[in-house]
Amino acid sequence: MEFRYLPMTETDKKEMLKTIGVQSSDELFSDIPESVRFKGELNIKQPTSEFELTKELTKMSEKNVSLKSHSSFLGAGVYDHYIPSIVDHVISRSEFYTAYTPYQPEISQGELQAIFEFQTMICELTGMDVANSSMYDGGTALAEAVNLSAGQTRKKKVLVSKAIHPESLAVIYTYVKGPGVEVVEIDHKDGMTDLDQLERELDEDTASVVMQYPNFFGQIEPLDQVRSIVDKQKKTMLIASSNPLSLGYLTPPGEFGADIVVGDAQVFGIPAQFGGPHCGYFATTKKLMRKVPGRLVGQTVDEEGRRGFVLTLQAREQHIRRDKATSNICSNQALNALASSVAMSSLGKQGIKKMAKMNIQKTAYLKQKVQEAGLSVAYDGAFFNEIVVQLPGDVSEVNRRLLDKGFIGGYDLGQVDDRLTGHMLIACTEIRTKEEIDQFVKELGDLQHG
Amino acid sequence: MANQDFPLIFELSQESRTGFSLPSMDVPEIDVDEQIGNAYVRKSEPDLPEVDELQIMRHYTALSKRNHGVDSGFYPLGSCTMKYNPKVNEDIARLTGFSHVHPYQPTESVQGALELMYDLQVSLEEITGLDTVTLQPAAGAHGEWTGLMMIRAYHEANGDYNRTKVIVPDSAHGTNPASATVAGFEAVTVKSDERGLVDLEDLKRVVDEQTAALMLTNPNTLGLFEQDIEEMASIIHEAGGKLYYDGANLNAILGYARPGDMGFDVVHLNLHKTFTGPHGGGGPGSGPVGVTAELEPYLPKPILRKENDMYMFDNDRPQSIGRVKPYYGNFGINVRAYTYIRTMGPEGLKKVSEYAVINANYMMRRLQKEYELPFDHHCKHEFILSGKRQKKLGVRTLDIAKRLLDFGYHPPTIYFPINVEEALMIEPTETESKETLDAFVDAMIQIAEEAKHDPEKVQEAPHTTIVSRMDETQAARKPVLRYQA
Repeated sequence: MEFRYLPMTETDKKEMLKTIGVQSSDELFSDIPESVRFKGELNIKQPTSEFELTKELTKMSEKNVSLKSHSSFLGAGVYDHYIPSIVDHVISRSEFYTAYTPYQPEISQGELQAIFEFQTMICELTGMDVANSSMYDGGTALAEAVNLSAGQTRKKKVLVSKAIHPESLAVIYTYVKGPGVEVVEIDHKDGMTDLDQLERELDEDTASVVMQYPNFFGQIEPLDQVRSIVDKQKKTMLIASSNPLSLGYLTPPGEFGADIVVGDAQVFGIPAQFGGPHCGYFATTKKLMRKVPGRLVGQTVDEEGRRGFVLTLQAREQHIRRDKATSNICSNQALNALASSVAMSSLGKQGIKKMAKMNIQKTAYLKQKVQEAGLSVAYDGAFFNEIVVQLPGDVSEVNRRLLDKGFIGGYDLGQVDDRLTGHMLIACTEIRTKEEIDQFVKELGDLQHG
Repeated sequence: MANQDFPLIFELSQESRTGFSLPSMDVPEIDVDEQIGNAYVRKSEPDLPEVDELQIMRHYTALSKRNHGVDSGFYPLGSCTMKYNPKVNEDIARLTGFSHVHPYQPTESVQGALELMYDLQVSLEEITGLDTVTLQPAAGAHGEWTGLMMIRAYHEANGDYNRTKVIVPDSAHGTNPASATVAGFEAVTVKSDERGLVDLEDLKRVVDEQTAALMLTNPNTLGLFEQDIEEMASIIHEAGGKLYYDGANLNAILGYARPGDMGFDVVHLNLHKTFTGPHGGGGPGSGPVGVTAELEPYLPKPILRKENDMYMFDNDRPQSIGRVKPYYGNFGINVRAYTYIRTMGPEGLKKVSEYAVINANYMMRRLQKEYELPFDHHCKHEFILSGKRQKKLGVRTLDIAKRLLDFGYHPPTIYFPINVEEALMIEPTETESKETLDAFVDAMIQIAEEAKHDPEKVQEAPHTTIVSRMDETQAARKPVLRYQA
């Protein structure tokens, strides 16, 4: 069998073994004790040629319904947006995708500068001073923010809104086990965080208050009011998780005095990919700059005084600080941060506002249509690009039938909250047409009556 | 910006220039500000660049030319396994049915994606010799922490709350002790002996009833196989601890040995290293974790099941450590790794390790005349040199690394592992030809000669790169972490 990724010829091998001073390559493995050596052949599929494998895997991929074959009204943290063609052309430049972490600045200025630009764009959108080079995703970024707040304030309790993404909440529960932080859930009422309960639970042991803006139900939480409540405890931090596209139109959390803003930049140029890889971001204040998890790129000069960029403040990181590091993160989502930077550059100052606004407008139209069809919209607050609709039947059954009609329906909220059985979270982005919305709502209505 | 500076994309911006093409606004306009409420309407626009499409393409193309990747040239960065990233992997990952699929679609509409994940899990179980694999962790360090959280859950389920310590060798990756801390453990160091292997006597000294686990890379970061692995496993197991395998160096032993057979209880893999998911300039990676049946109840949820030819997620896992990540892991990277494993098969994967090990030994033997070789026995896929001799001549390892840039190479990992003075850690991988290895060795020998006869040439390197050495002190003292007009 030929292997096109393995250049060693028999002649090479002979010469090399001779230089090494062994008869066969087996001698090089003689330090593996006989008792633990693997005998025989691994029981995995036999090698497959490029043509045959492509054919087989293409077929496998076609077993999936895709966001291209169906029109999707599913969001819940992962959104189907316009991706400029240029994005994939840039990230397919193999100088980017076949490199690793830019440890050698002289030959990594491209990556370093691209990250520096990403950091700047995230700061602009969130209204924060500092942003890092990326995190795995929005959920783990939020969990890291929670642990940072506990470490920084030396307090062991966090108040987490139940209107954040349920899987982010689940990730927080796993992450806080290490440092031993207590999570107190603040319930939602009418699709918004219950601020009365928040106020009651807030006390001097509270490290931080965690909100999502817009929240999991698509509603825009009153961060100004939340900040006034948080301010009653001097040290307590406000952490906001935000869809960065929404910040093209909404007041950024930084302007409401958020201490940490995190989220996922998947909305900018990154396809859904069955849930990953996406691109977490982490932004904070100057005060917390030296506590930030992960890589930071900073500007400096070379010996000739030319501007250049380097990985900096590395004393926070695992490869220097080991067990005292601010986080264990090493690899991040650099290539996806690049994709997001290209998408954000394409949109620019004007486009991002337009695109964010169009999400609100199309969702408003969807809401109007849903109401006209006699369906009930659960919450009446301000929204970004998702609404909650109450259906008379079982949501997963409705979704199955929608699938046959060419639609990917919304998220079944009943699976995370018994009180929301029969409620569907429906997303509508700028790429859904009036016709698709009309048809989708018609199908929903028909299913209701049929 | 000085004239000679390469522009930032923000410096190219011109008011009202556009690079976007949005779908048409085909629904009636509403008063959005009223809908949102004035307090929540952004007052000033985010200062994103206003650039046209060609400008963007030229900007990033120019940036890419200011970057070195595996496709640009040799990249022997030790412990990072910078092998060739096959192009078919990229094509498969971009198939619409894989790339444009939502994680919350009905199960019956994602059977292809689940089939791939399931098949990949089964392959990784066979390759590692472990019973069950989860694909949820996003990267190696994330996998380490996931594995340690499972070990913690296991001990706690046995009512064993006093196991607060995780032992790591002094040669370990920095992520090991960092992950131990994040998981709520105290990291305890075990020394290496003169062979470069874990010192068994010291291991016996640090092991006690508080030991939760020993984290080990095998072969270790010195590129040496821990021959006493079975004895180490029994020391740890007899003390009630678990054995954790850091899979960063799995490229050395594919088809030759399996962590499960060596007595490891938990393993994480770096699919972006051994299994060619590209490194992406720092990520995304993928860090699956495999465990023995004993630890299976603690796997992150959901787990993937196959029943009657249908694939489905199972969330009914009462002993699970919970979720470590939203959704199901970095699926796009897993698709690439799966494509690679299917391309190579059992024969190909074994050859991968055979050739990676031959390449490393060959370079090591050719270089040992000019550079100090701290551990003179057969290495596995990587080896360590020390720049001690050159240091005596005033040339530091950092200088050698910088001089290599002039030859068009990415330097090896330097000053790691921390238990070797002036360390150079070289990992050629199996995808490099003998000609490439010879040319690199020749350059290293030339640099060693220069250190003797023309040290300034090395000390002042690099001479040919687009920028010279950076003032890292200034970067850290007066941090500028974003552009401001």
